[in-house]
Amino acid sequence: METARPPASASALAAFFVVLAALTALGFAAISWLPVVASEHGPGVDRTIVYILVVTGVLFLVGHAVLAGFVWRYSRGGTPEYRPLSPKVEWSWALLPVLALTVASEVGVLVIGGPAWSQIYGETPAGALEIEVVGKQFEWLVRYPGKDGRFGRTAAELVHDVRNPVGLDKKDPAASDDVVLRGALHLPEGRPVVVRLRSLDVLHSFAIPELRVKQDIVPGHLGRTQFRPVRAGSYELACAELCGLGHYRMSGKVVVEPAPEFERWLREQAGWFE
Amino acid sequence: MIESSGHEGGHEAPRGFLRRYVFSTDHKVIGIQYFLTAVVMALVATVLAMLIRVQLAWPEKAVVAPETYVSLVTMHGTLMVFFVVSLALVSGFGNFLIPLHVGARDMAYPFLNMLSFWVIVPGCVLMLASFLVEGGAAAAGWTAYPPLSALGKAVPGSGLGQTLWLLAMALFIASFTMGGLNYVTTIVNCRTRGMSMMRLPLVVWTFLISAVLGLLSFPALTAAAILLLLDRHAGTSFYLPAGLVFGNETLPHQGGTPLLFQHLFWFLGHPEVYVLVLPALGIGFEVIAAFARRPPFGYRLSVYSILVIAVLSMIVWGHHMFVSGMNPYLGKYFSIVTVLITVPFSVLGLNLIASLWRGRIRLDAAMLFALGLVSAIGIGGLGGLYLGTATSDLYFHDSYFVVGHFHFTIGTVTFFGIYAGTYYWFPKMFGRRMDEGLGRVHFWLTVTSLFPMFLLMHYQGLGGLLRRTYDPTVYAYNAAARGLNLSITLLAFGLGAGQIVFLVNLFRSMFAGERTGENPWQATTLEWTTESPAPHGNWRREVPSAHRSPYEYGRNGGAEDFVLQSAEKA
Amino acid sequence: MNGNGATLATRPAPLGLLGVLATVGMLFAAFTAAYLVRRTAADWRPVALPAIAWANVAVLVSSGAAVEAARRTGRGPWLLAGLGLGVAFLGGQLLAWRDLAGRGVFLATGPHGSFLYVLSAVHGAHVLAGLGALAYAGARPAALGTASAFWHFVGGIWLYVLVVVSVL
Repeated sequence: METARPPASASALAAFFVVLAALTALGFAAISWLPVVASEHGPGVDRTIVYILVVTGVLFLVGHAVLAGFVWRYSRGGTPEYRPLSPKVEWSWALLPVLALTVASEVGVLVIGGPAWSQIYGETPAGALEIEVVGKQFEWLVRYPGKDGRFGRTAAELVHDVRNPVGLDKKDPAASDDVVLRGALHLPEGRPVVVRLRSLDVLHSFAIPELRVKQDIVPGHLGRTQFRPVRAGSYELACAELCGLGHYRMSGKVVVEPAPEFERWLREQAGWFE
Repeated sequence: MIESSGHEGGHEAPRGFLRRYVFSTDHKVIGIQYFLTAVVMALVATVLAMLIRVQLAWPEKAVVAPETYVSLVTMHGTLMVFFVVSLALVSGFGNFLIPLHVGARDMAYPFLNMLSFWVIVPGCVLMLASFLVEGGAAAAGWTAYPPLSALGKAVPGSGLGQTLWLLAMALFIASFTMGGLNYVTTIVNCRTRGMSMMRLPLVVWTFLISAVLGLLSFPALTAAAILLLLDRHAGTSFYLPAGLVFGNETLPHQGGTPLLFQHLFWFLGHPEVYVLVLPALGIGFEVIAAFARRPPFGYRLSVYSILVIAVLSMIVWGHHMFVSGMNPYLGKYFSIVTVLITVPFSVLGLNLIASLWRGRIRLDAAMLFALGLVSAIGIGGLGGLYLGTATSDLYFHDSYFVVGHFHFTIGTVTFFGIYAGTYYWFPKMFGRRMDEGLGRVHFWLTVTSLFPMFLLMHYQGLGGLLRRTYDPTVYAYNAAARGLNLSITLLAFGLGAGQIVFLVNLFRSMFAGERTGENPWQATTLEWTTESPAPHGNWRREVPSAHRSPYEYGRNGGAEDFVLQSAEKA
Repeated sequence: MNGNGATLATRPAPLGLLGVLATVGMLFAAFTAAYLVRRTAADWRPVALPAIAWANVAVLVSSGAAVEAARRTGRGPWLLAGLGLGVAFLGGQLLAWRDLAGRGVFLATGPHGSFLYVLSAVHGAHVLAGLGALAYAGARPAALGTASAFWHFVGGIWLYVLVVVSVL
């Protein structure tokens, strides 16, 4: 029954699996797809990704090599035998994948990914700059507390697209010097930033890919995210949660500049009601 | 209330075209009806996908309007998940196969079965009709997150289109629930003599678990949809908080939270993935066993893995919401349990591969797709680790990595399961074979376009390209990633063309395929002990009993290398 | 699970019923989860239940007792009484709605009231299904066991719902 060469279709399929696996791995390994990283916790996120790339890459390559090998080898004919496995043999076979994947996956979550997760969601470092970002269809509004360092009261009823986009309450003394900008975020390099997140209408997601920041903004909830930009430059702010027909163009600019320049810039900004 | 068919003895085929092919209670006819309905819906969903790809390849031409684009992605996802894959794989093959596999003359409740089909038909009509209403079809994503889905002011599709979407989904859930009840009762109570649970073909196990998962998880979506309908039309505030502003006007809603909907939706949404993927794996086991002439490796192990997956799938829904602002400790919990799903999944994947070991592989079209399915499980399953690990999901969430990932899992694995199943059981459905040559062409056109296409989407996600983006050129950082869009679109055209080959083969073979006998693949399970196509009542003679394991391939001695499950022990 | 050669039970009704109960139970579990989440919001103001709600419970419980008597004795009048009390329960629920509306509590007035309406409506739909099942069992006594089990379940669900909306 056994023939020396497998049929052409088996060789083709085996070759397909091998080439598929090799090209896939090459595509991940040879090109650095990730955008530059510009935040303190960013390398932690990237490390997690690279760890999973390596682990899954090995499993993927080995799995496909075996699959291709079996297809090629066992298409040559032969006389299979009916030999059911004893439960004991079955369980001992299972032990390998169970152990390997439990360890590999939980190491990713806890050991490699854990520290970065805690950085993002842990306690806020002292001396952080607090700003507010408000999402609305299809625009980003940014508020700085102004010279008094306090955010003034806002109310939905006061919101007006042109005259008062975040709904500042004029009567609140703390509100008068609040700085409101459209679509642009200035941040000091090297200083921790806490962003209060609000939405005026639907879900949005505050995403700055280069800073490895992504946090949904849920209307009705005061959201929060924190990070430390460590590399001066100009980055992009994107909305990462479908928010309507203009979702794709809900972009913004993030300017990270050295602290003195940032301070100077901030002093030059007039309050919304000034 | 509901009664068993009894059916014993009284299995005279009904007369008249209507009773026989339209309002039939025969599980095989109903299965084929579901399958053909899914084919129609698949054509629509594919056209939507092509429009999406055209827009993405040439965004500067603005082929569709932005509001149309969000409707396209919403409806493509909804149709594919609920009205194509669910219908063809779970409702179609489930109906056709379960009674034949367990040795029953029909489902436990044939009338309920017919009802389940005739409930889904208006569901399909409503879904398709929503394209024609003012504002167009639903546009809040297949996940229908409020407030976007709750307010007509938020997006045009959230007008009448979203209402029709919700009603159609309600009909779908009703239909799926009736089907699930039938599956569970038929598998547990209507097995033939000797068909113990551990003698069930693996595909039947997957249908059983899939049905149980469906029964337990779909009610969450029902509740979510009822509350959403009320928020939309009755002015309640389940999901809508105070202070929503549209066009300088504050809405009167109070105190609701959009996160509530997300939790309810994903309590269904995640198990739904396994509702669809498990039966595809089951089909993979059947086909690989028959074409490798080996019993599937580790039957018990596979059954236990399926059970573990079912349990885990109900407690991990939060991994879709890592960046939603949920408690970070909760996020960590969801991450820890989520990645554990890779463990039973890898056991299943390895069992599939090991089933080839020392086999005598014959690469017919059914087997080609089953092997493609194994590869897709590998890619889809491993890709899940990136998204299940909270820290990396932070970067990948709502990117094209997610799109590529789920197109491998609930896209490729399920479709390959459907294709493998179609080539394999077509003789039992129609008494004819599908054309082998066309089948191979279909396979090669499919894999050479599909795999690179969805793999490129993973790279795009790594490059930060965000999903549901009408025109990605708005951003500069994603330049490398979006540069792949044209290639992906061309591959999508290739994939579409490959499916035409399948459709031609399917409909041509129904009428002109080579006729086959009872058991064209020399397979072992009970459906191959009756004529092709199987008659009304499934067996003209007595229903066969199960006397052995469902996979006695490679038995030496005698002219044949297999022993039917119904063969008595010597 | 089944010995070789043994004939399998061909009475799928108990298992089919279990499936129905499981899926209906999950529906109310989902509503409970929604209720628990929603009640933490600042605008939650408990609404006093209509007095008639408790009378309705008595009606529903006696309906269950009558159906149980019908199941045990196989007597038609008991079943009829159970059906009648079931219909009376639905009527009572409508009166409870009127009571709420009379106090200015409408569907969209406040979250607690919204849940009262939604839960009683969804439950009412299941009561209707239960009545249908009982009526069917009137014609086909073999189905009475299944129908009465469903009826007791629907009754139990309402007690559960009342506990949720009055205690939590």
